[in-house]
Amino acid sequence: MIDQLRQTCRRLLDEGKVNVIIGYGQNSADGPAYPIFVTKPEEVGKLVWNDKCYANLATYLTRKDIKALGKPAIIVKGCDERALVVLQQESQIDREALYVIGVACDGVGNPRAAKCLVCDVHRPRFAAEVLGEASASDVGNGRYTELGEFLEKSPAERMVYWMEELSRCVKCYACREVCPLCYCNRCIADKNRPTIIDTSATLKGNFAWQIVRAFHLAGRCVSCGECARVCPAGIDLGLLNLTLARAAEEHFQYRAGIDPEKTPIIGAYSLEDKEEFIL
Amino acid sequence: MSEVGVFKPKIIAYVCNWCTYLGADLAGTNRLEYPSNVRIIRLPCTGRIDFNLIIKALESGADAVLVSGCHPGDCHYTSGNYHARRRWILFRELLETLGIEMERVHFAWISAAEGRKFQQTITEITEHTRKLGPYTAYKKLCEAGV
Repeated sequence: MIDQLRQTCRRLLDEGKVNVIIGYGQNSADGPAYPIFVTKPEEVGKLVWNDKCYANLATYLTRKDIKALGKPAIIVKGCDERALVVLQQESQIDREALYVIGVACDGVGNPRAAKCLVCDVHRPRFAAEVLGEASASDVGNGRYTELGEFLEKSPAERMVYWMEELSRCVKCYACREVCPLCYCNRCIADKNRPTIIDTSATLKGNFAWQIVRAFHLAGRCVSCGECARVCPAGIDLGLLNLTLARAAEEHFQYRAGIDPEKTPIIGAYSLEDKEEFIL
Repeated sequence: MSEVGVFKPKIIAYVCNWCTYLGADLAGTNRLEYPSNVRIIRLPCTGRIDFNLIIKALESGADAVLVSGCHPGDCHYTSGNYHARRRWILFRELLETLGIEMERVHFAWISAAEGRKFQQTITEITEHTRKLGPYTAYKKLCEAGV
């Protein structure tokens, strides 16, 4: 499988079909894989693929410095590919100018990451080629079990939970930087005329920031779980995103990154949207 | 009017320029009395009313927030309120998960002809918020240091 991947990448670089491969590298077999950018055919040996390849590489496609490297090929898991679909819908990438190498994935992490236990995209669906086989079967439900259990708490308990969690936030914005769909050139959190988001790492500012981060991903988040993975404070940010993913599914029968033909729910509307909560 | 020791809730109302603001105006010209607890902030359209403003209001010590605009089909900009409605549906869910008291965040359609509805809505929200008491949870959160 890994030889196949390297051969494919070598071929693409040799033939000049792409200028850079966005893939995974690894320092030691135990360590996590990290993103690497291979521009020379002789360097394809650095590429790896295993269950430590957590990162969603789609995030690099919209970066200026990566774009400067030329036409990219990207290695994606099924879940990462959903981000590509959203980026395409939002005209952030040109699929024609992008070579997508899919890797069938049984899940990452040992024990498996939470998103992998409820994964229903083990095989990328729109990739130019898909390497390997996935033995794990797609799970159709259970995506919102954790959220459902959380919502059994009373609102006051939930508030206490978030106050505890978000008091650890240091406003490093790693959640924003790693997110493939947080691609704004200027983030609202960095604007100070006027200051919308309190910049201090106090509860006030942290709540404001996390609310913005989550809501700007409403109907867009593909639950790749990168925000929670990179959070140095270990805050379960996925829970906020899941809330909105569930709301999108419940109210608008929409899941981000699944069907490229479907109209995204934000920026559109329907006359039938529910409004029983409006006075 | 002011009674000592009685809780006077602070209510922020974000209203659209074309319907609810005129509704409030109508309530005024008709001499319909409504509680003075409400601070009206006029914006061009409900489609403009960023969810951040709701948070901002709570941060600034509001005990309740009202967002109000034109009825569906009446938007001056054709579809601003439809876009807003869709966002509210999602935003409410997020507030729910965060444990923010949903009884303090209100949404309404009040047209330029509904001076009475404006009066009633404000009165009801004020009465309800008075029963709930001050929103200490969010105030405490905002005062917490590093």
